[in-house]
Amino acid sequence: MATPSPVLLSVENLEVNFGAVRALKGISLDVHAGEVVALVGANGAGKSTTLRTISGLSRPRGGKIIFDGKPIGGIAPSRIVTLGIAQSPEGRRLFGGLTVADNLRLGACTRTDKEAIVRDSERMFMLFPILKQRLKQLAGTLSGGEQQQLALARALMAAPRLLLLDEPSLGVAPLLVRHIFSALAELKRQGMTMLLVEQNITLALDLADRAYVLRTGQVALSGRSAELRDSERVAQAYLGAAT
Amino acid sequence: MTQLDYILQQIVNAVSLGSLYALVAVGLSIVFGVLKLTNFAHGDVMMVGAFGVALLVGIGVPFPVAVICGIAAAAVAGFLIERIAYRPIRDAPDVARLLTSLAVTYIIENVGILVFTSSPRNFPLPDILNTSWEMSNGAITFTSINLLTIALTFVSLLLLGWFITRTTTGLGMRAAAEDMSAAHLVGLNVNRLIIVAFIVASAYAGLAGILWAAQAGVVQPQMGFTPLLKAFVAAIIGGFGSIAGALVGGYILGALEIFIVAFLPSSVSSYRDAIVFAVLIAFLLVRPGGLLQPNREIKL
Ligand SMILES: Nc1ncnc2c1ncn2[C@@H]1O[C@H](COP(=O)(O)OP(=O)(O)OP(=O)(O)O)[C@@H](O)[C@H]1O
Ligand SMILES: [Mg+2]
Repeated sequence: MATPSPVLLSVENLEVNFGAVRALKGISLDVHAGEVVALVGANGAGKSTTLRTISGLSRPRGGKIIFDGKPIGGIAPSRIVTLGIAQSPEGRRLFGGLTVADNLRLGACTRTDKEAIVRDSERMFMLFPILKQRLKQLAGTLSGGEQQQLALARALMAAPRLLLLDEPSLGVAPLLVRHIFSALAELKRQGMTMLLVEQNITLALDLADRAYVLRTGQVALSGRSAELRDSERVAQAYLGAAT
Repeated sequence: MTQLDYILQQIVNAVSLGSLYALVAVGLSIVFGVLKLTNFAHGDVMMVGAFGVALLVGIGVPFPVAVICGIAAAAVAGFLIERIAYRPIRDAPDVARLLTSLAVTYIIENVGILVFTSSPRNFPLPDILNTSWEMSNGAITFTSINLLTIALTFVSLLLLGWFITRTTTGLGMRAAAEDMSAAHLVGLNVNRLIIVAFIVASAYAGLAGILWAAQAGVVQPQMGFTPLLKAFVAAIIGGFGSIAGALVGGYILGALEIFIVAFLPSSVSSYRDAIVFAVLIAFLLVRPGGLLQPNREIKL
C-alpha cells in the first residue's frame, strides 16, 4: 500500500552515542504528512533518544535527519522549533514554577503572529477544557493528567507541522489516558502529523497508521498498525530486548 | 529617644541594608538560574559601577548622568565576562567553572588595583544626598542616601518583577532556570537568554555598587568582596537560584545584622558575622533548598 502524501520527516541511518553507549545504531524511518507513526519498544531501546535527536537536543554521530527536504541534523533546537517540529517530552518537563498560562505562552515563544496565537489558545481550550480553568495556577500544582494535557498544549502552541510525543500516557490515570488519546485522535482528524512514542502498544497501534519497533538502538520491525497488531513478531521483538 | 523611635530607626536601617543585599543577591540568583554557576565576579561588577560614577563625576559629569553611565558600564562588564570567560567553558565540569569564576574575580580586582591602587578614594556624593531628615523631633534620622537606596531598590525591583512575570524573555529566563532542556524544546534561544541574564544581573550589581559606595563614602577595587559574600548568604537563605528567594533573603539578612547589633548586648553583637553564618548553617541543615525552595538541594 503506497502512501500518497509526501514525506515530511525522513531519518536515515541515525547513530547517537553517549560516551561508550551506542544508543542508536543506525535507525531509519519516515513520517509522511498527515500520518501518525508510532515508535514502540522496550525500555532503553532508544525511543526517547530518537525524538531528542530529531529535536536537536542530542547530536547525531552519523546519519541524516531531513525535515521537509532540509537536513536538520545537529542544528540548534530553537531553529528546529521554528522550522515546525515541536515535542511533548517524556516526563512532561513543564515549567512547574510558572503558571499554566505562562507555560502556554512560552510554547508559542518562536511565533510572532499574535492573533493566530490567541486563536490557537482557544483551540487548546476546546481540546483540553480543564486548562482554561487552571490558567492562573502554577503548572507544578496540576495533577499528572492535567500536566500531560498542558505538555501537549504547550507543544501545540508552537503551531508545529510535526508533533513529537514521548509517552503521553506516562504517570496519567487510566481515565485521563483515554481522554488524552481521544484528543490525539481529534488532532489526527484535523490533519496533524505525529511521531508517537508509547509504552502502551494497544493504544499506540490504535491511533497510529504505521509503527516501528525499536530494539537496542535498531529498527527490529516495521509495518502498518493493523498488520502489527496481530503479529506475534511484535511480542518477540519486545522479548528479544528484555533478554 | 523613646523605645519606639529607636525600633523605628533600626527598621529603617534594616530596610536600607537589606535593599543593598537584595539588589546584589537578585543578580547572583539570576545568573545561577540560567548557568548553575556561582558568579563570584558579580561583586567586581559592583566595583565597576561605583568606579564608573566616581571617575565620571571627577571629570564634571552631573551625578544622575554618571549613575546611569555607571549602571551601563556594569552591564557591559557583565556582558564581556560572560562572552570572554564563561561561554567557552559553559559545558565544562562544575569545578572548572567555579575556578574560572574565582579567576575572573582575581583578575578584575588586580587590574583594578593596578590602575587605581588599593587605597580607598572618596566617592563624590552631591550635597543634596548628604543631608539627613529627621522625624519625631530628631529621634529618627535618615540620610538622603538611605532614602534613595530604599526608593531606587523598590523601583528597580518592581521593574524586575514586571520583567520576569510579564515579558517572554523574563519568563524564558525563569523557564531556563527550571529546566534547560525543556527551554530548548519550546524553542527558547537559550544563548540569548544567558546574555540577557548577565546584562540584567550586572546592571543591578552596578546600581548596588553605586549605592554601597555612596553609603560607605569611598570606592576601592576590592569593595565588592563583602557585599558578594553577604548576598551569597542572602541568596542561600532565600533559596539559591530563586529571584524571589534572593529578595526575601536579602531583607532577612539585612534585618538580622542590624537587629543583632541594635538589640543584643555588645558582648554578643560583636560576633555578628559569626551569628549570621551560624544561622546560614542552621538553614542549610533544616531547609537545604532555602526558604522558598524547601525541596531542592543546593549544588554550588
Ligand atoms: N544522557 C544519556 N547519557 C548516557 N546514556 C544515555 C543517555 N540517554 C540515554 N542513554 C542510554 O541510551 C539508551 C536509550 O535510551 P532512551 O532513553 O532513548 O530509551 P527509551 O527507548 O526512551 O526507553 P524508555 O522506554 O525507558 O523511555 C539507553 O541505554 C540509555 O541508558
Ligand atoms: Mg524514553
